[in-house]
Formats: sequence, structure tokens, C-alpha cells
Amino acid sequence: MPILEVKDLKTYFHTRNGVVRAVDGVSFSVSRGETLGIVGESGSGKSVSCYSLLGLIPQPPGRIEGGQAILDGKVDLLSASEKTLQGIRGKKISMIFQDPMTSLNPYLRVSTQLIEALRIHEKLSKKEALARAIKSLEEVGITEASTRIQFYPHEFSGGMRQRVMIAMSMITHPELLIADEPTTALDVTVQAQILELIRERQRANNSAVILITHDLGVVAGMCDRINVMYAGKIVESGTADDIFKNAQHPYTVALQRSIPSLGSKGKPLYTIPGLPPDLSRPIPGDAFALREGITSGGKWDNTPPPLRQVSDTHWVRESDVILPPLEEVLDG
Amino acid sequence: MLKFILRRIAQSVLVIFVIITVTFFMVRFAPGDPFSAERKMPEHIKQRLMEHYGLDQPLMVQYGNYLGQLLKGDLGPSFTETRSVNQILKASFPVSLELGGWALLIALCIGLPVGITAAVFRNSFADYFPMAMAMIGICLPTFVLGPILALVFGVWLGWFNVSGWFIPADRVLPALTIGLVYAAFIARITRGGMLEILSQDFIRTAKAKGVPFIRIIVLHTLKGGLLPVISFLGPALAGIISGSFVVETIFQIPGMGREFVSSAFDRDYTLVLGTVILYAVLITAANLLVDIVQVILNPRLRFEDS
Amino acid sequence: MSVKANLSPSEKRLPEATVDLDAIEAGTSLWQDAWHRLKKNHLALISFWVLIFMGVFCFIGPFLSPHDYRSNDLEKTLLSPSLQHPFGTDDLGRDQLTRVMVGGRVSLGVGIIATTVSLLIGITYGATAAYIGGKVDAAMMRVVDVLYALPFTIFVILLMTIFERSIVLLFIVIGAVEWLTMARIVRGQVLSLKKQEFVEAAVSLGYSTRRIILRHIIPNVLGVVVVYATLTVPAVMLLESFLSFLGLGVQPPMPSWGSLIKLGADNIQLFPYLLIIPALFFSVTLFSLNFLGDGLRDALDPKSSKD
Repeated sequence: MPILEVKDLKTYFHTRNGVVRAVDGVSFSVSRGETLGIVGESGSGKSVSCYSLLGLIPQPPGRIEGGQAILDGKVDLLSASEKTLQGIRGKKISMIFQDPMTSLNPYLRVSTQLIEALRIHEKLSKKEALARAIKSLEEVGITEASTRIQFYPHEFSGGMRQRVMIAMSMITHPELLIADEPTTALDVTVQAQILELIRERQRANNSAVILITHDLGVVAGMCDRINVMYAGKIVESGTADDIFKNAQHPYTVALQRSIPSLGSKGKPLYTIPGLPPDLSRPIPGDAFALREGITSGGKWDNTPPPLRQVSDTHWVRESDVILPPLEEVLDG
Repeated sequence: MLKFILRRIAQSVLVIFVIITVTFFMVRFAPGDPFSAERKMPEHIKQRLMEHYGLDQPLMVQYGNYLGQLLKGDLGPSFTETRSVNQILKASFPVSLELGGWALLIALCIGLPVGITAAVFRNSFADYFPMAMAMIGICLPTFVLGPILALVFGVWLGWFNVSGWFIPADRVLPALTIGLVYAAFIARITRGGMLEILSQDFIRTAKAKGVPFIRIIVLHTLKGGLLPVISFLGPALAGIISGSFVVETIFQIPGMGREFVSSAFDRDYTLVLGTVILYAVLITAANLLVDIVQVILNPRLRFEDS
Repeated sequence: MSVKANLSPSEKRLPEATVDLDAIEAGTSLWQDAWHRLKKNHLALISFWVLIFMGVFCFIGPFLSPHDYRSNDLEKTLLSPSLQHPFGTDDLGRDQLTRVMVGGRVSLGVGIIATTVSLLIGITYGATAAYIGGKVDAAMMRVVDVLYALPFTIFVILLMTIFERSIVLLFIVIGAVEWLTMARIVRGQVLSLKKQEFVEAAVSLGYSTRRIILRHIIPNVLGVVVVYATLTVPAVMLLESFLSFLGLGVQPPMPSWGSLIKLGADNIQLFPYLLIIPALFFSVTLFSLNFLGDGLRDALDPKSSKD
């Protein structure tokens, strides 16, 4: 049984310039031990959909307009009270954020921040909590943990801080870890270590992981299943093999083409033409077809394209967008 | 950090020394002398007075003598009163200190909660209304607010005496006059500081850990959010002192502020000098304290300095 | 496992990153933009008209008044408001309406002139420090730091008591106090502008130094200066009235709003209108200046606005 099942989640932002449909009918599920990747460019709604689950969307202007997110087959996160959510956050579901430089409180010692979740959720004594915190720092590869736990965040490097973040989020052995672009702000050399660490901690706890990223390279190595999001909707969903070997949606194909390969030195880089659509206006049909420089057959111009099942594990949203052949783009 | 504190102390001593020197020469170079303002007096009496106070000696000698006395804590005799400057300040300083203390207390007790509430319940009535009031408070100087409070609560409602410093109730209007103005400043600064911190990523992290709302405010936000208020306390003290000049005049309070203004009018050199020195020491000490507290509260500053 | 260092192209695309040199180049559009934003801010707009009214009232009013602000009439002292004297008369029988107008002229006049003095000193000092940079800059700012630490109100009072009290001295003394902040602001602005992308862009496009300073730096610094000046005027007026209240500012028979408030404060028991009217004019003017200053700041630099 999946640990989390999200059905038809809709999160809108009510701004002065209109209603922004940041997440518009997203469904997915994730089970223990499994890693789900959510891929998309900035503004595709990948982060907002996960923040919605934990009630981390600033309200107003944000509002969850509909849907369900059933945790453990019991609680609907979207309709749960703030108090229930408080008990779930940091205990059953933890998060890691993009920028470790700003995500740790600079005014508090690392120790205070590490033991906080334990003190709140497990009612441990300060001493017990501190012992657990030191252990969790050691688990993420921080040496001399008993000394360095007394440091302030600025006394750690970026990669080290992200390790602290991981220790902090895993300290309560959560059932689900949501990692929002955990490596984007880090040096390339550190990125792989951090991803490996997340996977290692996941195995140790048998947690489910949702990995939000814009980097297909990251999901390729990490994820069992992948959702590709575009303009607030999932356009393709499947196993890593489905997505990488049998991509059906033109947007997924375009994303893959835009990964520069090692052998491509000297050749022009592939870019997806145009910009994502303005989400503050309703999109009647296929959002990808609205992109400038992209041609479509026109079938889904005014009807929302449905999801089509490709195989047991593979779903794709209908689209008749025609991408120019790769050679043509590269030559031009 | 110790190095930083020592450097700041040295700097403060220098500032105080500069103030003493500048004030001393400013007063001495001023046209007129303390005895010309009053009724005409015979030349030989004036001569004797000048000798008595050492005013006939060369300026540098006077300056040296004054500094020597000062080191012993002696501020010299007053030119216009029979009491010494030390005695005058000893009598008037506690009064002003009490007034300033109450005023600061009022400012903090109103300003902090209002500012914090406004930031937490941003863009609601609890934000708009107090902030509009704060804007009014900032625009109303003490010399407007004081007479108005005296008019409303003293004359019209008759709850308090319009002037004097005898019974405890006499403290209310003067302290409110200064306190409310600074409450307005503190409320606005607090709101700004809190909003700055509340918009930070680490607040979202705390929320994602399941930290209850109250704890987020108290533990995660206040420490950083109140830093601007602490750095405002230095200037606030200077402001409260100049507010006391006005308020002590309006409400006829026998404090140091009124003593300073009247001594300046009377050209009572030693009294002017004594008051300015005391003020300078107070303000400089407050600034020093504020800087040190700030370094202690902000781990990043502490780190940079060590 | 492979982790690629690259961002996907869509992430590289930053539409705002291209510098809109044309918009900066056409210095007027910045001000037109600001004006449009200001017009939407009702509070600031009302303040603007209130200030226009105050200006007319104080600077033109005295010429239309049948009374002179100096002429005593000891038979008509402390009259209540009437048709002939709408604001009543003061302790020497002078028409209070005329005195409020003239007092406003003094207060506003001191505010504007002393602000100009402080602006001139501050801009010159700050811009010089930023332009030369290095050790000179550090030394010059050190001086500002030390001066900041001095208790200035006390020195202002000292100066005003020691020397012959005159309105010129008042300008100098207040201007000397207020320039410090201006110097800091201008220096900070120039320094940060020197480093900003659009200046770098202009440099790399081969524009001449003069053109960069004239068309890019000055218009941008000007915005901050205008905002700060609007906020300095009320600060200066406050200081002037504070001194006049203590009897250390403008000297009788010339009134200022501060000395009128002082007279009112001395007579609140029996003649409260002597306090209320000048206090009202003074406060409304201060409000308007502050609101207009805030509005200008939001209009000229939308990024710095509080919300």
C-alpha cells in the first residue's frame, strides 16, 4: 500500500493579476522504500505540489482548491487540522530544502535545531535528544560530531550544511522524505555525495522519498518512478525506463534532448524554444502547444488533453506537438 | 570578541574626550561671560570673582586644571548657584533617570508587542490599525504630545496634575509623552525586523519540522527579529534625553534636562560642561552596550570578529 | 550513478537578466513610471495637495491678511476666535491667524533651506568619498562615524545659546547635523551603482564616463536623494520647532510653529485653542511630508517598498 496517495491536487494563487493555477489536478502516489522523482522547469508546480501537502503554502495568496492527499491510508493532509499537520511534519514527513545556506537558522546552534523535532515529536529529554542528534550527524558523515554539534550554521560549508539538513530531516525516521532540489545550490563534486547520502539514509530507514528537481540527470540515477510536470500538470509518468527509453510526450523528449552529453563538444546545445505559459490565464488545451516556436496539430487546442495509458506503469498526456527533428535543430 | 570590545571601549573613551574638549573650548570662546548677563557689577568685584573661579588664567591652564579636577570626579562650582555642579547633578539626575526609565519601559512594553503582533498578523486589522497609530506617534513630537496630554488628561479630565513632580501620579503624563513617541518607533522597527526574519527560508524549515507556531515566533524569529530594536536603543536613549529637555520644561520637573537648558541660558559654564559630560558618558556607554549585546546575539558577527 | 553538472536549458533562460538599457537611457521614463505609481497611492497624493495648500497658506496668506504679525494691541490680548480674528489673538494681542501663517513660513522655510544645505554638504562629501575610494573613503567615513556618536541635540542647544541667536545660525547648525545621513546614503548608492550590471553593461558597450555618470548614475542617485530629502524636511522642521519651543530657535517677534506651540503650552489651562491650532497645522504638515516621502520611496524604487 502506498504511504502517500495524492489525488487531483489543485493549488491556486490568488494574486492581483489573476488566479495562478500553479498546480492543476495532480495525482501520484509513493510507497515505502521507493523514490519518486518530480521533474519540470521552474514554475511547473513541482515544488508547490509538495509544499501543499504539508501546508507550507503561504495562505493567502495560496489556496488549496481541491484534491486529497491520504497519508498511510488514514489522514487526508489537505483537510487535516493545523494541529494534526504539526504532528505529521517533521515526524512522518520531513523535508530537505534547496539552499542549505538559508534553510538553517543562523541565530541558533545546530544542536538546538537538530534536537527540536525529537523534543517536540518524541518528547525526549534534552540529554537523550542530544545523543541521538550526535549519532545522526555521524550517520551523515560529519566527524567530531559531538564538538561540531555546538557550532552555528555559518561555521559549516555548504555541503556540510546540507548534510546537517539531511541529519535533521532523518532524525525522527520519517516515513516520507521530500527533497526539494537538494543539490541545486551545491558544488558539482558535492552533489553526488549528497544524493548518495539521501539514498543511504532512505535504505536505513526504509523511507519513501520524493525528489523534486529540474535535472534529469539526477532523477535518472536516483528514482524508481518519475513524474514530468509542465504548467501545473503531469504530462508523463512512468518508471525510469519508461521515461528514458520510451518517452512519449514531446516535452519529455525535449527535456532529454537538452541534456548536453559528454561527446557533444563543439555541437550547439539543444534548447526548448519559447517560454512556459502564463498560468494566471486559463489554458483551454495543451499547454505545451502554446509555447512559441512549437508547432502542433491543433487537436488539443481547446480541449484538455487526457492521460493515455501506455503500459502498466507508463502514462502520458495526449499531445500532438511536433518537435523539429534533432538534426535540424542542431544544424540550425 | 574581546578584542572588539576593547577596541570599542577605547573608541568610546576617545569620543568622550573629544566631547569634553570641544564643549570646554566652545563655552570659553563664547562671547560674554557668566557675570555679564546679570545686573551690572563693579569691575573690582568681577575681577575678584574671575580670580576665585580661576577664569583669569590662560585658557590652556584652565583646561588642564579642569581635566585634573574631572579625573577626581569634581565638576567644579556652579557660577550661578551656591551649590556645586556635583550637588546639582546629584539632585537632578535621579529625577531624569526615573523619568527616562519609565519612558523606556512604556516604549518597550507598548512598542514590542504591537510590532510583533503586526508582523505576525500582517495585512490584517491588527497590522493596519496599530501601524497607522504608530505613524501618528512618529509625526507627533514630544513638545506637541506633551501639552496635548496635559490639556486632555490634566485640564479637561482632571485626572492628573498639569505640572510638578511630587506624587507618583505625576510621573504618568511626562513618561507617557516620551514613551508613546518611542513606542511608535519601536513598533515600526520591530515589525520590520520580524517581517524580515519571517520571510526567511529557515522559518519554513522550522515549520516543516512541525515546530508549533508560538515556538517559531519565540525561538526562531525573535532573536533575529529584535536585533534592529536593540541597535535602535542607543539613538533612542539620546532621543529620550532630548525629549526630557522639553518634557521637564512643560511639566516643571526638577530634572537634569531643565537644569541643562536653564544653565545654557544663564551661561553657567561649569554646569553646562558638567551636564554635557554626564550626557556624553551616558549616551556613549549606551551605544557601547548596544554594540556589545548585538555581537553577543548575532553569532555571525561574533564569528567574523574572532 | 551519473550526476550532470548542467542546468537544463529552460533553467538557464532568465528573461529579466537582459539589461533594459533603453529604459535606463531614457531618464524620463523612470520618473514617468514613478509618477504613475505615486498617483495610485492615495495617501501620498492627498499629502501632496495638503502640502501645496500649506505652501500657499503660509507664503501667500500673510500678504492677504489685514493684520501684521508684529503689531501688538494690548487691549485685545488673548481674545477667543471671532470673525475678525478667526484663530483669536495671543498674549500681546497679535492676530493668531497671521502668526500661524508667518510661523509656518518660518518653519517650512527653515525646513527647506536647511535641508538644501545638508543635501549640498552630504552629496558632495558622500560622492567624493565614494569616487576617490580606498583609504580616503575609509578616513572620510570614519569621521562621519565619530560625528554620529556625538550627542547632537545637545551641541545644537549649546551652539544656539552661546552664539548670537539668528536664523542664519539656525540654518547652519541644523544643516550641519543633518548632512551625515545624506553623506552615508549617497556614498552607498554611488558605490553600489558603480558595481551594478547596467553600469558594467554601459561600460562594456563603450559609453564614455561622462555619459555614464550623467545618464546612468545621476538619475539613479537622484531618486534616493529626492526621497531622503522629502524625509529630511520634516526632521529639520522638528529640530527647528524643538529649539524654538525651548526658546533657542527663531527669536521674537518672529514666530515659528514651535514657539507658537510653546505659547499654547504655557496657556493650556485657559486658552487651549492657542495650543491646538498651531499643533494641528504643524502635525498635519509633518504627516504629509512623511507620507509623501514614503510614497515617493515606493514609487521610485518599487523593490524597496515594505510589502
